[in-house]
Amino acid sequence: MNIYADNAATTKMSRTAIEAMLPYMDGCYGNPSSLHSLGQRAAEALAKSRKDIAACLGAEPQEIYFTSGGSEADNQALISAAAAGERKGKKHIISTAFEHHAVLHTLEKLKKQGFEIELLDVGREGTVTAAQVEKAIRPDTCLVTIMFANNEIGSILPIAEIGALCRQKGVLFHTDAVQAAGHLPIDVKAQKIDLLSLSAHKFHGPKGTGVLFARKGVPLVNLIEGGAQERGKRAGTENIPAIAGMAAALKEATARMEENTAKVTALRDRLIEGLSKIPHSALSGAKDLRLPGNVHFCFEGIEGESLLLLLDEKGICASSGSACTSGSLDPSHVLLAIGRSHEIAHGSLRLSLCEENTDEEIAYMLAEIPKAVEQLRGMSPLWRDKINGKREFLL
Amino acid sequence: MALYSEKVMDHFRHPRNVGVIDDADGIGEVGNAKCGDIMKIYLKIENDIITDAKFETFGCGSAIASSSMATELIKGKPLSEALQLSNKAVAEALDGLPAYKMHCSVLAEEAIKAAVQDYYEKHGVAYDKTQFPDCASCAHCCE
Repeated sequence: MNIYADNAATTKMSRTAIEAMLPYMDGCYGNPSSLHSLGQRAAEALAKSRKDIAACLGAEPQEIYFTSGGSEADNQALISAAAAGERKGKKHIISTAFEHHAVLHTLEKLKKQGFEIELLDVGREGTVTAAQVEKAIRPDTCLVTIMFANNEIGSILPIAEIGALCRQKGVLFHTDAVQAAGHLPIDVKAQKIDLLSLSAHKFHGPKGTGVLFARKGVPLVNLIEGGAQERGKRAGTENIPAIAGMAAALKEATARMEENTAKVTALRDRLIEGLSKIPHSALSGAKDLRLPGNVHFCFEGIEGESLLLLLDEKGICASSGSACTSGSLDPSHVLLAIGRSHEIAHGSLRLSLCEENTDEEIAYMLAEIPKAVEQLRGMSPLWRDKINGKREFLL
Repeated sequence: MALYSEKVMDHFRHPRNVGVIDDADGIGEVGNAKCGDIMKIYLKIENDIITDAKFETFGCGSAIASSSMATELIKGKPLSEALQLSNKAVAEALDGLPAYKMHCSVLAEEAIKAAVQDYYEKHGVAYDKTQFPDCASCAHCCE
C-alpha cells in the first residue's frame, strides 16, 4: 500500500488545478504585459485569478500580490512592515518562537539592522493568547507577526483576537497562513489582518507560487526590482499557469472546506486515538484546536529518521522533526519551543492527511507504525536502559 | 538519487549482529540521547581475537547501518586489526555516506575502540592509552 501522509510538506495537485493551468502552457502563452490579444488573454486570466483568490480571503483584488511562494511573501511582509515602522522610529517586532524559518530568519536579519525582536512563549500546546500579545505591545512596536497555524504540530492560533487587538493598538499584523489557507476559514476583514502569506502547493495547487495579501494602504517594499508587474511591487513576468492553478485550487478548497474538514478530522482523530496506545508516546500540540489533517507524535527511545525510513519501506510517506532529517545538529525549533527535550524531539513523527486519505490507509498505518516503533526500540540501547530502570522515562 | 546507497539501506533493513552479549568481555557506548544517537557495542574476545560482536543503536538509518557494518568488519579479527578500523573504512564498505552523516561512521569507530578499551581495563591488560580517543572527542555534535 502506498500512503501519502506528508500533506503539510506539499500536496498532490488536484485535477481542477492541472486543468486550469494547461491552457496557459499550451495555446494561451502570452505575456500579460503584451498589448496584443494573446497577451491580453493572459492578462484576463491574471485578473480573474486575482479576483477569485481575493474572494476566498475576503480581500479586494488590488490587495493581492502574486509571489514565488510563502517564503517570499513572508520576507516581503516583514521587511515592508519593518521599513514602515522605521520611518516612524518604531523598531520593536513581536512574533513567536515557533514560526516558520521564512519568518524567523527574516527577523534575525532585521535584528542585525537594529530592530528589537520579541518572541513570545508558545507554551506546551503551541499557542499564544491575545493577552500575551497585548502585554508585549509597546509604543514603539511596528509589527506583530504570528502564524495562523503551525506547520509541524498543527496548533491553530487565535488570529481573529490578535488581529482585533493589533488593529485597536494601531500595530500592523502579519500572519503566515501557509498551513491554513484552503484548510481553515480566512476572512482578512473580519479577522483584521493587514498582511498575510500563503502558498499554493499546500492546498493542491502548483509549487513555486503564492500570495502576499497587503491591506490597502500598507506600503510594500520591493524585494525584486524590474518591471511594473504587481502594481510595481513585485517585478518579473507573472507565472500565469501557476497563478491560474492556484486560484482554481483555492476556490475548490474553499468551496469544499466544510466537507473536507469533517472527513479529514475524523481520519485524524482515529489515527491520534490509535497511536496514543503506543506506550511512552505523546501527542504534540492541542487536541482540539489543531489543523484537520495534522497528527504529530513523539515516541520515546527512538530516532525519527530511522522511523521514517522504515515507514517508507512500508509505503508510508511521513515527516519528522529530528535533527537527522533536517541535516542540522538540533532537532526542530518548534518542538523545543513547546518544551520537548532534545531527546524526545529526536523521536518525532508528523503525519499530515488530506481528503484523499482513506479509512483503509488509517487502519494500515495503525497496524504498521506501532510495529516500526517496536522494531527500533528493540535495537535501542536508550530504550533498554529505560525499561531496565537505568534511565527515567520522560513520556 | 536516493539519500542512501543500496548497501546502507540493506544494512538498515537487515541489520547484522543486533543484540546484546550477556557475558561480553568488552562493552563500548558512545554518543548521547541529546544528540540523537547512541551506539553500544558488545565484544566477545578470546586470545585477542574478536569471536563475536553485537550492537544496539539509537539513531538514524546511517547510524544503524554503520554499526551493522562495523560489527561485520571486526568479527573474527584480532584486536590490533579492529583498532585500526577507521570511520572511512566503515563508510566505504557501505558504498559511502552523505557528508553530513559521516559522524555516524565516526561513532562506529569510537564505539569499537571504547569496547576494546573496556576489555583492556576489565582484564588488566596493559595498553597504550594514547591510541584511544578521550571523552572529549565523543562530543561530535551538539554538546
